[in-house]
This record gives sequence, C-alpha cells and structure tokens, in this order.
Amino acid sequence: MAAITANTLTELTRLKVFYVLLLFALVLIGSSIFMARLTFQQEFQVLKDISLGAMSIFTSLLAIVATARMLPQDIEDRTVYTILAKPVPRFEYLVGKLGGVLLLLTITTLIMTALFLAVLSFREQAALAETTRQMAGLPQEQLTEALRAVRAATFNADLIPGISVLFLKACLLASLTLFISTFATTNIFTVVVTVFIYFIGHLQGTAREFWLQEHGGSWISRTFLAVVALLFPDLQLFNLADEVVTGAAIPLEIFLKTAALGCFYTLIYLLLATAVFNAREL
Amino acid sequence: MRLVIVLLGVLLLGGVKLPLEHHLFITRAAHRLQSTPLDLNLREQIGQLSFVAALSGFRAVIADFLFIQAHVAWERTEWSRVLLLFRQVTMLQPRGILFWDMAAWHMAWNASVAAFNNPAQPRLALRLKAQREYFDLGRDFLERGLQNNPDSPQLCEALGRLYRDKYKDHARASAYFEMMAAKPGAPNYAKRFAVYELSFCEGREREAYERLMALYATGEKERLPTMISRLKYLEEKLDIPLDQRISDAVRR
Repeated sequence: MAAITANTLTELTRLKVFYVLLLFALVLIGSSIFMARLTFQQEFQVLKDISLGAMSIFTSLLAIVATARMLPQDIEDRTVYTILAKPVPRFEYLVGKLGGVLLLLTITTLIMTALFLAVLSFREQAALAETTRQMAGLPQEQLTEALRAVRAATFNADLIPGISVLFLKACLLASLTLFISTFATTNIFTVVVTVFIYFIGHLQGTAREFWLQEHGGSWISRTFLAVVALLFPDLQLFNLADEVVTGAAIPLEIFLKTAALGCFYTLIYLLLATAVFNAREL
Repeated sequence: MRLVIVLLGVLLLGGVKLPLEHHLFITRAAHRLQSTPLDLNLREQIGQLSFVAALSGFRAVIADFLFIQAHVAWERTEWSRVLLLFRQVTMLQPRGILFWDMAAWHMAWNASVAAFNNPAQPRLALRLKAQREYFDLGRDFLERGLQNNPDSPQLCEALGRLYRDKYKDHARASAYFEMMAAKPGAPNYAKRFAVYELSFCEGREREAYERLMALYATGEKERLPTMISRLKYLEEKLDIPLDQRISDAVRR
C-alpha cells in the first residue's frame, strides 16, 4: 500500500502539479502589492480573504483533477492489471491511490500556508514600521495601542483551523472523485460530475434547512429537496475561512465536529468506491 | 447491479450524515458562525457569475472584489456607486465589521461633505438636506452592522462618533460610548468618552460630574487634559464648594 502511495505521489509530481503553487504565489504577491494602497486593516482582511479563497479553489481543483485521472490512466496503461495480479486487495489499491493524492494535498497545503504566512508577516513588518514612523513623538501608550491593533489585524490563531478545514474539504473531494471514477467511463465525466456536486454541495445546506424546517411547498419540491439533502455532502459546512477572516473565534467543538465530518465523508466515499471497484470486472 | 449498490450506499450515507450535518449547522448557528442566506435581489446587482461564485463558497472573495471597486469609486468620488457597492459588500459579508465601518465612514464623513460643498447645487437648504441624508445613510450602515455584530465595540464607537461629530447629539453619543465600554475588548477610553459626552448634556451635569470624579479617583492614568478641563467646567457650573474641587495644580 505504501509503495502504491509513493508511486502515485511520484506520478502526480511528474505532472507538474506544483505549478499551482507558483500561480498561488503570484496571486498572493500580486494582490498584496496592489493592496498596499489600502489601510492596513483593509489590506490584511482582503489579503486573507483572497489567500484563503485561492487556497480553497486550488486545493479543491487539485483534488478533483489529480484523482479523476488515476483509475482510467491505470486501466489504460494496464498498470492496474499488473498490480491486482499480485496479492494486493482492491481496497488496498484504492487506499494507496487515495493516500498518494492526500499526501500531495498535504504538501501543497503546507507550502501554500507557509507562503501565505510569509507574505502576511512581511506585510505586517511593513505596517509596523510605517505605524512606528507615523506615530513618532506621540506618547508610548498610544504607540503601543496602535502597534497592538496592527498585530491583531494580521495574525489570528483561528487561521490554522480555517486552513485545516479547507484541507479536509479537499480530502473529501478527492475521495468523492475516486468513488465516481470507479464507475465513470471517462475522465471528463468524473471531473464534470464532481464539479457539479461541488456546486450543489455548497447549496445543499439551504436545501436541507428548507426541507427540515417544513416551509411548505408542493410535495414534488419537498421530495426533490429531500433527495438533494440525502445525496450530496454539505460543503458549506467546510467553509470556516470567511468567519475566521472577520475575526470570529472558532470554538474547538465546532472545529472537531467539522473535522470528524470530513474524515467520515472521506472514509465513507472510500468504502463506497471499494464496493463498486470490487464488483467491477477487470 | 453496480448501480443498485451505488444508490443504496449513497442513500444509506445520506440517512446517516443528515442528522450529523444538521447538528453541526445548529451548533454553528448558535455560535453565529453560519453564513446568512443570500438575497435573490443580490443576483441582479452583482451578476449571475458572481452570484454563483458567492454561493459556491467564495462570497468573501467576491465581497473583497466589490470592496476594491468601491475603493476605486471613492477615489473617483462616485458616491452613488460607492453606496451601491457597499450595500452589496455588506450583504455578502455581514460579519465583516470593517465593511460596515468603512461604508458608514464614506457616507457620513466623505459623501456628506462632498454633498454640502456641491458646486452644482446653489441652494444651501438642498445641500444641507443632501448632507443630512448621507449622515442617515452612514447611521443606517452602522445600525445594521451592529445588529449583525452585536459584540462589536468598534461599531458602537463609530455610532458614538457619528452622533457626537455629525448630529451633535451628545446624549446618544454618550449612550453608544457607554454601550461600547460594556462590550468585550473595548478600549480603555470608552468610559471616558461616554462621560465626556454626558458632560455636554443639559440637565445631566450632576450625573456627569459624579462619574467623572469616580474616574478621576481611579488614578493618574485617567487624569487626561480633556477630563481635567471638563471637571473644571462642571465644578463652575454646579457651583461645587471650593474644598471639594480638584486641585488647581492639575489644571492644564
């Protein structure tokens, strides 16, 4: 299993997926240069929003695109026959494949986080120096208060749970894509279906609440909403970044429950993928 | 057969995950961490694509782009556009205190001054009316911001400043500074500001004097020039006996 994971990671690395990081760095640095025109509070809020939004979209895309090609590619190259001809259970094969993608997502998220924190720290130092210069000659108490405001607007311990939840969403999407690819016939089908589920997943919360709170409506619309709520994951629950940027504290209870839900989905989709893959004739 | 397995598995998963998701949704709502639903009118204002992006978990990013557009509109002094864009921004991100604060500042401080000095409007009464309307727009942003962020001392302070500097309503300004002082994380000056404003209210001088004296008694750090000056003024006005007045040595 470890060999399959390592091999998958190597394959994905050869696809030059890390160019995504270059794009992320460009978005980050470009936006931070532009935002030097704003006040430090505006600048940091916009910088954090854009960085976390970019992280969300890049990790999600990476998870979908990297996973969608794995099984069809292995079938096309006939690698899957070589592997499964050995005493490797199909479950282990899928776990290995998913493990490779998750490892790639981990590395990517860590590098993006490091880049983000580095740019944030760089901008913070610039804002601190500027504030000190502007307030030279004023009482020490006022200067300390101003510097505290700059620091408070920059780093926020809740950024880490916010980023972790984005990573979990990407893991969920990777597992979901793997599941779809076990019965899909083409790469494109897998990507398109997962992207649709991504959009529906973000609207699902609204559908579920509408259904559960009995707002009325015809039985057709209620049945439709029930099916949507039952079939699709609520991806809006994996969005804590918006709240983190506005300064809201993320209670440990909510973070743990969200993380548990993410792990639950990843595991369930993996099991479903195994069930379908086991029944597939190769 | 495979399709049946998939459908059964997915439906079984749905049955298990639905209560879990609903529970998490309720917990998030209790901690005010649940995004507010988007108004369909917003779709017409920000366009179909942006609306879809906002629904897809990128509402903060869309709000930022609109905020940057509002910043550009402000640089061009296009006040109606600034107002429209800030309405969209605050609708997308009602938890963003900065957005409410900035929107109110642009309306009550910048647009109001521009309206008052509008060279295209020769009639003073109409310019004053326009200025007043912008004050009200600023106040509306802050009040709605406070409804969405009831724990924010920053918005209470902005409302206090608005009533103090624009409406010259010291009683309300004092009430908002008082409210600010009661919020978690309020700055030290909140209580002082509340009492300063109270000292300008006709008929409430005695209350203001007692509260200023209480603050004065807490120590040197509170004895700032404005406080001393307000105390001296109230001592004269209330005819406080000489032996009870603060020392003239602290007069600044």
